[in-house]
Amino acid sequence: MIRAKCEVLSNRRAGVYYSLTLVAPDIAEQAKPGQFVEIAPPPGREFLLRRPFSIHQASRRGGWAGTLEVVFDVVGPGTRWLAQAQAHDVLDVIGPLGRPFQVPKELSTCLLVGGGYGAAPLYFMAEELRSANKSVHMIVGARDHERVFKPIEGKRLANSLTITTEDGSMGETGRVTDLLADVIARTGSQVVYACGPNPMLRAVAEHCLARSVPCQVAVEEMMACGLGVCWTCAVPLIALDGRGWWNVRACTEGPVFNGARVWWDRWLGPKSGEGPVAGSGEGFDAMPESQTVEAWPG
Amino acid sequence: MTALDQITPGVAAPTLEVDLGGVRFPTPVLAASGCFNSGKEMANAMDLHRIGGVVTKSVTFRPTKGLPTPRMAETASGMLNAIGLQNPGIEEFLSKDGPWIETAGIPVIVSVAGRSVEEFSQVMIRIRELQSVVAIEANISCPNVERRNQVFACHPDMAAEVIGSVSRLSRVPVFAKLTADVTNIVEVAEACLRAGAHGLSLINTLLGMAIDVETFRPKLGAVTGGLSGPAIKPVAVRCIYQVAEAFPDAPIIGIGGVRTAEDAVELMLAGAWAVQVGTANFFDPDATTDVARGIGEFLARKGLSGPADLRGKAQRANGDPEPADHRA
Repeated sequence: MIRAKCEVLSNRRAGVYYSLTLVAPDIAEQAKPGQFVEIAPPPGREFLLRRPFSIHQASRRGGWAGTLEVVFDVVGPGTRWLAQAQAHDVLDVIGPLGRPFQVPKELSTCLLVGGGYGAAPLYFMAEELRSANKSVHMIVGARDHERVFKPIEGKRLANSLTITTEDGSMGETGRVTDLLADVIARTGSQVVYACGPNPMLRAVAEHCLARSVPCQVAVEEMMACGLGVCWTCAVPLIALDGRGWWNVRACTEGPVFNGARVWWDRWLGPKSGEGPVAGSGEGFDAMPESQTVEAWPG
Repeated sequence: MTALDQITPGVAAPTLEVDLGGVRFPTPVLAASGCFNSGKEMANAMDLHRIGGVVTKSVTFRPTKGLPTPRMAETASGMLNAIGLQNPGIEEFLSKDGPWIETAGIPVIVSVAGRSVEEFSQVMIRIRELQSVVAIEANISCPNVERRNQVFACHPDMAAEVIGSVSRLSRVPVFAKLTADVTNIVEVAEACLRAGAHGLSLINTLLGMAIDVETFRPKLGAVTGGLSGPAIKPVAVRCIYQVAEAFPDAPIIGIGGVRTAEDAVELMLAGAWAVQVGTANFFDPDATTDVARGIGEFLARKGLSGPADLRGKAQRANGDPEPADHRA
């Protein structure tokens, strides 16, 4: 964890999103796909908390050495302020934070599933997987073509790229989960990584769990500190033996989790059309902390 | 100290040490409960050895899973939280945080919580095995509990019962953490002091609520939560002022919206002997040490010798007009 004053190199539009590049050599050196940074708003405003952003790129080598790129949508006062950041502005950044995606040791064919700007960290992961000699396939989905994040970049990085939009304005019509079964079958994918809206992550994780495909998801939850001390970003995680659960921190134990171990019904509520979650689960034993870490299959 | 000597040549540099009736801290700025864990995580983000002290996240007898998400909503100059006292329970606290607390080399106050006098007592019996704890903070004012009657600090009699039990079982001084969500905080403070509290921690978060106007739904999973941050500082200043006026000899730790040295000074002028920094740690991990350094600079600028010179200095002098009594 590094706290640094980082100069803004550029802040550009990427479709409807913003792509912010920071000069952050120390953080970039350590950053891994799936991790995030916390950017502080300047003092003197009525919003005080840092904003978490997953890392889209961390360049350790080449012409852009020592830079870090994050992608965001304007959704509130914090991102509205950040959208105004200009080159040479200096931002207070803490990172890299959280646990990254894990590269499989044996399994060789990987599928990356991204929704909206949630696809951003998956391009970083695609490079990581390719440098580990894995074959990489991608599904990138969004509401409409303007929200499909960097499709050309996806084409360059992945062995195959499937695009889907809910309004059919680019690629296939529908949601990423509509295509998941076909793409897994066609590509022979053995492991799935997903990042995007939580309901999408749940659908991907449940699909993979039903077919015994290992799946890691990078989640989002309201987060005050990102440092592991506020306990606001709780995600209910099922114990390894399946007999207990515990609220763990997205910022510290996550944001990347084994999708099969997230108790989605408890976290996001029952899916529409279903009854309430059976039992509160309060009778379960607490999960010892050692159980929140596990080996990744493959 | 050399830098401060240069600011006020010929005058002894101010000390930052404070003595809360036998409980001593190297600076008057501590980290507030629930905003720092026990300090281990924050050691990666700041220089822990320059901190005044750490108040741990509240520990309960049994493991507590806490409330559903969203647990946080940002508000103007503050935030709401509804964690629900999530903690691993006293046994895991002792085995996991205990060794760290014993060797951290910084003053640690353990915050204890419970749903009944019995639960407080059970925690207190187990906590006695920690040798290096300097004080206990009895959290009888967390707003995020199952029933309002578990906010013991809302009822002087219940507050006294819990504090009496905790004080009898404690080897170290006990601070009662109170809420401003009462008609008369002086009455609750008096009940706690009579029951054996060594001092008071003022104030906990204020019970609040926020609604998403797009979805028509409360922003917090638990509907209501505790408001913290700079937004609540005037309420903290008022509570400290009222209690310090009534009990000038009782050590008070001021809490509520401290982000800068000036904020801390304001709480001390109202009557606080020391302060805790809470929400500010979330966005500024160096807040506790920066505030302490700022207090040192402030004292030097004013030619004062230590934080005790600020204590209660805003209290009205004899002959000042009586303020309207809002407590009646």
